[in-house]
Amino acid sequence: MTVLSAKNITMQFGGLTAVDQFNLELSANELVGLIGPNGAGKTTIFNMLTGVYVPTMGEIMLNDQSIIKKTPHEIVKLGASRTFQNIRLFKDLTAVENVKIAYHNFIDYNMVQGMFRTKKFWTEEKKAHEECMKLLDIFDMGEYADTLAKNLPYGQQRKLEIARALASDPKVLMLDEPAAGMNPNETAELMETIHFIRNKFDITVLLIEHDMKLVMGICERIIVVDYGKTIAEGTPDEIKNNPDVIRAYLGD
Amino acid sequence: MDHNKKKAYLINAIAIVALYLVFFVLIQTKTMNNYFVGIAIMTCIMIIMAMSLNIVAGFLGEMALGHAGFMAIGAYSSASFSMALIDGGLSLPPIITLVLAMVVGGIVAGIFGFLIGTPTLRLRGDYLGIVTIGFSEIIRIFFINFGPTGGAAGLKGITRLVNFNNVYWITIIVAFLIFTLGRSKQGRAIISIREDEIASEAAGIPTTRYKVLAFSLAAFFAGVGGSLYAHYQSFLEPSKFGFMFSIEMFVIVVLGGLGSLTGSIISAIVLTVLPEMLRSFSEYRLLVYSLVLIIMMIFRPQGIFGRSEFSLTAFIESLIRRKNVKNSIGGGEAS
Repeated sequence: MTVLSAKNITMQFGGLTAVDQFNLELSANELVGLIGPNGAGKTTIFNMLTGVYVPTMGEIMLNDQSIIKKTPHEIVKLGASRTFQNIRLFKDLTAVENVKIAYHNFIDYNMVQGMFRTKKFWTEEKKAHEECMKLLDIFDMGEYADTLAKNLPYGQQRKLEIARALASDPKVLMLDEPAAGMNPNETAELMETIHFIRNKFDITVLLIEHDMKLVMGICERIIVVDYGKTIAEGTPDEIKNNPDVIRAYLGD
Repeated sequence: MDHNKKKAYLINAIAIVALYLVFFVLIQTKTMNNYFVGIAIMTCIMIIMAMSLNIVAGFLGEMALGHAGFMAIGAYSSASFSMALIDGGLSLPPIITLVLAMVVGGIVAGIFGFLIGTPTLRLRGDYLGIVTIGFSEIIRIFFINFGPTGGAAGLKGITRLVNFNNVYWITIIVAFLIFTLGRSKQGRAIISIREDEIASEAAGIPTTRYKVLAFSLAAFFAGVGGSLYAHYQSFLEPSKFGFMFSIEMFVIVVLGGLGSLTGSIISAIVLTVLPEMLRSFSEYRLLVYSLVLIIMMIFRPQGIFGRSEFSLTAFIESLIRRKNVKNSIGGGEAS
């Protein structure tokens, strides 16, 4: 079953075509890697899939629904969430508050009930707190719940961002360079985490990554882009031996 | 609600009632004369203004320099409303009239907040600041030229409905509501926009909606503050609601700490009482006032409390702990 599909999406910035007729099909519970040299257009593809950019041409479907011209928060509600290349946490809020903000759409009380602190406020807030703590515990971050996000170690910040993305209960999780800046140990731990959440939450994961060990290690399928075009697609072994890919990375 | 929270509520309630009783006794025994009661009432109004501005400046993190404009709208609309009500021969109890006038003033200001906020919140930072200054100047000039509310000569004959008793409790209620707003899911959504707008949008928060909501709510409470001002002064003149008044409120919020409501309360008290206390040194008054601000900005640029709140329960607990430590040390020496 296809969860997310993109058909011939093209993004032009003035005269520059950043992404040219890109196609993508993600099935349920798949783990797909998107790789390519610097400036190949990977993040632009992400930004189109999450509604930050509106493609110049093409169609994107999420759960059989077009998400072209939908705002990012509407797309989150429809079931696709993301993390950022440069971590974007709510730095001056605690870890659990970070998660609670993404849990926003599942907390059911209105502003008046919140301001007058009716019974509904207390029960809903309690439920939200418990759910968010559960999510943090999955990432072994329960002890950091009341730590300000900016004071967390780098690896924990990455994990918190993934936890926050999962709080909106997505069907597709898009990770933009999750291993950037991590040491080999942290990367290995991250690989396990990604594998684990894919199975635990039964979601599709699409990730951009430069760390080939991570990509080759966990992705079932890899898409290689260069100059905004797909140049190869297949299993890690196929990609490793693909002459086009080798040329794109190493030159002729 | 768990046990600790109930305890915190109880302690705060006791403190609020105790503070009220202190003022009540002082006023009844005439220890506080009318001049001081007047300062106390103005302080309460400024607390409401500073806290409402804190919704935009502190929670949402936007520079809004037109708060006096919303206050003017609230003041004029509620005053017109209560005058029409009283002229119409409806003899409601004064407190009901005041509450109705406050609601009207708040809602009218809130509607203007919504109307102004929707187009201008695309702007950020200094640009939004300039637009809001422009807006409040438009309001002021409108009232100078608007005949039905007295024009430049001012609006006279507003019934004086505000006294220390009711303004104290209204301030407590407004403070409670703004405080709980900051700790609800809506408040969290607004704060997340301040922290990182792109991440907030990516976390599923409809940022535009919450920005407009924050702006309208701030305008609403500014309107409430304006209504109280109108029914306390019983006279309104447009020149009061100038640019400098907006700046004064912004200074209060910055001094208290952007995002800290208790900070706003403390600094509203300091910055309303201090100029009055310095009245006897008239010519040095502004000098001291600005010196306080400069020293503050050098040594504590994040404001008195930064972004954290003063908690009475935590304060009492730390006092008790310190006392226990002292007792145990004292006991050790005795044995």
